[in-house]
Amino acid sequence: METDQCTLYYKSKTVNSALSRTEWIQLKEVLSFHDWKLVTLALPKSCHLSSHQITVSSSHICRLYDRFHALDKDDKGSLNRSDFQNISELAVNPLGDRIINAFFPDGMDLIDFNSFVRILARFRPVDQNPKKEPNAPEPINSRVNKLKFAFQLYDQDKDGKISKSELLQVLRMMVGVQVTEEQLESITDRTIQEADLDGDDAISFEEFKKSLDKVDIEHKMSIRFLR
Amino acid sequence: MEMQCKKLKERVSLLVVVLLLCSSTKAENKINATTDTGDGGGAPPSGYKIVTFNWQHVKNPYIISVWIMVASIAKMVFHMSSKLTTIIPESALLIFLGLLLGGVVWAADHVASYTMKPTLFFFYLLPQIVLDAGYFMPNRLFFGNLGAILTYAVIGTVWNAAAVGLSLYGVYLTGLMGDLNVDGMLDFLLFGSLLAAVDPVAVIAVFEEVHVNDVLFIIVFGESLLNDGVTVVLYNVFDSFIAIGGVNVTGVDCVKGVVSFFVVALGGTLIGIIFAFLLSYISRFTKRVQIIEPGFVFIISYLAYLTAEMLSLSSILAITFTGVCCQKYVRANLSEGSATTVRYMMKLLASGSETIIFMMLGISAVDVSIWEWNTAFILLTLLFIAVYRVIGVVTLTWILNRYRVVPLGFIDQVVMSYGGLRGAVAYGLVALLDENRVKEKKLFFSTTVIVIYFTVVLQGCTTKSLVTWLKVKRSEHRDPLISEKLHGRAFDHILSAIEDISGQIGHHYIRDKWENFDKKYISKLLMRKSALKSKDQILDVFHNLNIKDAITYIAEGERRGSLAFIKTPSALQLVNVNFNSNKQSEVEAPTSSVLREDASAICLDMQAVELRRKSLRDCEDVYTHHLLQQYLYKPKKQQKYKYSRHEVTSNEDDAQEKEIFEKTMKRRLASFKSTKHGVSQSKKLAKHYKKDPSQKKRSDEMLSNGGQLVFHDPEFSDPEDPCEFDVISNGGSNFISNVARQALADTCNGIDNLVFIPEEETVTSQALPPWATNNDTVALSQRAQVQMPWSPNNFRRLMPLRLSSRSTDSFLLADIPVPEEHPLSFLPEGTAL
Repeated sequence: METDQCTLYYKSKTVNSALSRTEWIQLKEVLSFHDWKLVTLALPKSCHLSSHQITVSSSHICRLYDRFHALDKDDKGSLNRSDFQNISELAVNPLGDRIINAFFPDGMDLIDFNSFVRILARFRPVDQNPKKEPNAPEPINSRVNKLKFAFQLYDQDKDGKISKSELLQVLRMMVGVQVTEEQLESITDRTIQEADLDGDDAISFEEFKKSLDKVDIEHKMSIRFLR
Repeated sequence: MEMQCKKLKERVSLLVVVLLLCSSTKAENKINATTDTGDGGGAPPSGYKIVTFNWQHVKNPYIISVWIMVASIAKMVFHMSSKLTTIIPESALLIFLGLLLGGVVWAADHVASYTMKPTLFFFYLLPQIVLDAGYFMPNRLFFGNLGAILTYAVIGTVWNAAAVGLSLYGVYLTGLMGDLNVDGMLDFLLFGSLLAAVDPVAVIAVFEEVHVNDVLFIIVFGESLLNDGVTVVLYNVFDSFIAIGGVNVTGVDCVKGVVSFFVVALGGTLIGIIFAFLLSYISRFTKRVQIIEPGFVFIISYLAYLTAEMLSLSSILAITFTGVCCQKYVRANLSEGSATTVRYMMKLLASGSETIIFMMLGISAVDVSIWEWNTAFILLTLLFIAVYRVIGVVTLTWILNRYRVVPLGFIDQVVMSYGGLRGAVAYGLVALLDENRVKEKKLFFSTTVIVIYFTVVLQGCTTKSLVTWLKVKRSEHRDPLISEKLHGRAFDHILSAIEDISGQIGHHYIRDKWENFDKKYISKLLMRKSALKSKDQILDVFHNLNIKDAITYIAEGERRGSLAFIKTPSALQLVNVNFNSNKQSEVEAPTSSVLREDASAICLDMQAVELRRKSLRDCEDVYTHHLLQQYLYKPKKQQKYKYSRHEVTSNEDDAQEKEIFEKTMKRRLASFKSTKHGVSQSKKLAKHYKKDPSQKKRSDEMLSNGGQLVFHDPEFSDPEDPCEFDVISNGGSNFISNVARQALADTCNGIDNLVFIPEEETVTSQALPPWATNNDTVALSQRAQVQMPWSPNNFRRLMPLRLSSRSTDSFLLADIPVPEEHPLSFLPEGTAL
């Protein structure tokens, strides 16, 4: 979505947060199909596009856009790393930097609103009873995608495996300084042993997924805000 | 087993002592009363007495002190058993104790000598509780949810009062309750209004032990605080209507009642804000009278309460808002010691009066003369209260959820409905009733007491299990694997970060506007100049870290026997040997070896046998779990924004934040430097160094022009000072990082200070920046790894695009080896230590 279009859209929405059907269609024309899909995914489930009564509030998108704008300190229409680093709460989050990096895939320096929403959309709660469409692609907020997000935070060299040193790095970020290096290493060893099924001393995504089989990822990695 | 027995014995003995103490004071009291009356009409004193027994002289303060002591000891006893208070909330225990003591008193002289008078409650017990709640209110959360809180507190309370009152009246008309001596509807409405409010004291007491999410907590807590104001207003309106006489109430009176409702509530709030302003302003000038500094906080807040009471405005709202509004400025203004004093004092007073209130609630009930039983009335009241609470909560939540960012879920609604605890405010109000006007005061009183007992004891005891039962839908009891635990915590952090990024809480626009306004005008007026500086959070963190470093530093020196190692880094290794070996044997041994030693050493013990049955690996697992449990950082949301009556500060959390913050800053700096200066570093350095003088001038200019920099106060706008500041920290941390590196070489990680723990970037040789590898030249760059940037909004300083001339200056200055004629050499040698 082009940012100025989004601005227009957003501005038109601040008065009345319910979109009429024609407005939806206008909006849809503005967007490419791909972007449209993403926007929809970030919206509440009840405003599915296939249905004809589309009167549900799009306030979530508005809110996110609002936030995007607030983070974008000098109105450049996109966010860079420093915009994220300015969020003071992130500085006290042990994984803050890793998460910021996750917003900038492939060495990009700026992200626009579209990608911003795309990443946040992963944290939408999973629909309780999704409509079964046989050939539907996996929704962006599925369990696997949620896990992938977490996995890539560990997997810094992007080889599809969490090596021992990668795990150790993350662990070191997350524990207090009272824990010694030896202890950290032994914890790392144990974790890898637990998850490692093929004995390559590293955790692949499949193994990662498997080791968290019993954890309620859908619940844990969802924000109510993004319903 | 034996231990437990012993513990139990201890407890029982304590209890016995307490009971003895109470009964003895009682007996004493009685004896004295009789002797006193004997003396009264007796003979004149014969001659001079060296020692006289003046019980009457000290009676009142003495009794009060004894009661307080009894209550405190009781509390102590309750908390000796950690299990007891988790099953039954303390408030319920205190009520039971009160009943018991009341029974003792009653048995002793068949008169309930001690009851809680409304004046005692409203003037001496309630204010500090409310002040405490206001002063420690998590403001951001509170104002973020103010809409919801007000809705529940105002509309919900009015609804409760009206519905309960009218329903009771309706049932009364059917004749189910028998013959009551009431005027009409107004009596019931009055009764409904005094029972309408959820009680903050009871709610905090119960909810503190039940760990609900912070939004839910603030809503229940805020509601309970604000609706006291509402209920008092309603009570007064109906009371005066009754005084006028039910038939004489005209429409005008009703309108006046509604108007007075708003006047009283808003007026109280206004009084609170005015006094908060006054308090903050005064606290700006108390630097020279630090001893009485904390007193101002209490006395001015109390004055706010009394003033509002005097003007017949809502005193509860007044003192709440005094606390809420002044906290920011007062905390900034007061010296550290005074702030701590205020914190502890506040908690002491609040916790103390809470204890006394609950005990008194118990004691006051033991009095036959006040009881009047009407089964239908009492049961119906209980029923209506519960039902209308649920209806009110569900309806209001339904309306609110249409507007809320974070909708309140089903569980939240259940907890909110269930958390409708009534407490001492209702008691105080019902005790205030005038028996001439309200003929059925006794019935109302007994019903209120029963309602309080019912909600506090029964609901209080079951809330916790209800919450846990609701939350854990699929209760699968299974020890989590380490990886699950680890990743789970990582997920928590991720989620917390995503929430921060998506800006979940609050109304940012209004808050931003307010913060700007506050920064521009209010803070300037209400804060000391020095406080304005240290308000800068990061500078504060930095300052604290420096202090911590210095302390660790000295402690280490003392441990080593001398501070000599500071001056001679070359000798470090030599001294280090002792130091190392000591530490290692204490804590630093690898986990497995500790366990192996442990297992073999204590094998005669019962526990060890138990342990042995498990495999060694299991033990290690347990140990690791424990370790992780203890040291994994907790996600922010779990530990922040909590109001707690009993715990004063969360130093751990602060420490954790600092720690993480420092790590983050180090990483950012390191990554910035490596990307920015990685290749052409030396060239750039030289360039900058040549430019240095002019640049310095420029930065000074910028300072005086008030450019992007944060420091405008005299101390820092002095052109030389910032530089000095840099260098001091520079020298210190420099040394520290030297030590750290040395320590790393010896694999000694025992020092509990962050800067002593080398970052991973410095460990892996490949990531080691070139300037850090050289041990001989004073590696000033280390400073940059330790030092904080100046302000939270100034992180962008670290970014290439935003490099201000000053920041380049300070950065690069740090990286060049210092030549002798460098401007920094003006420093006295001592400071460079």
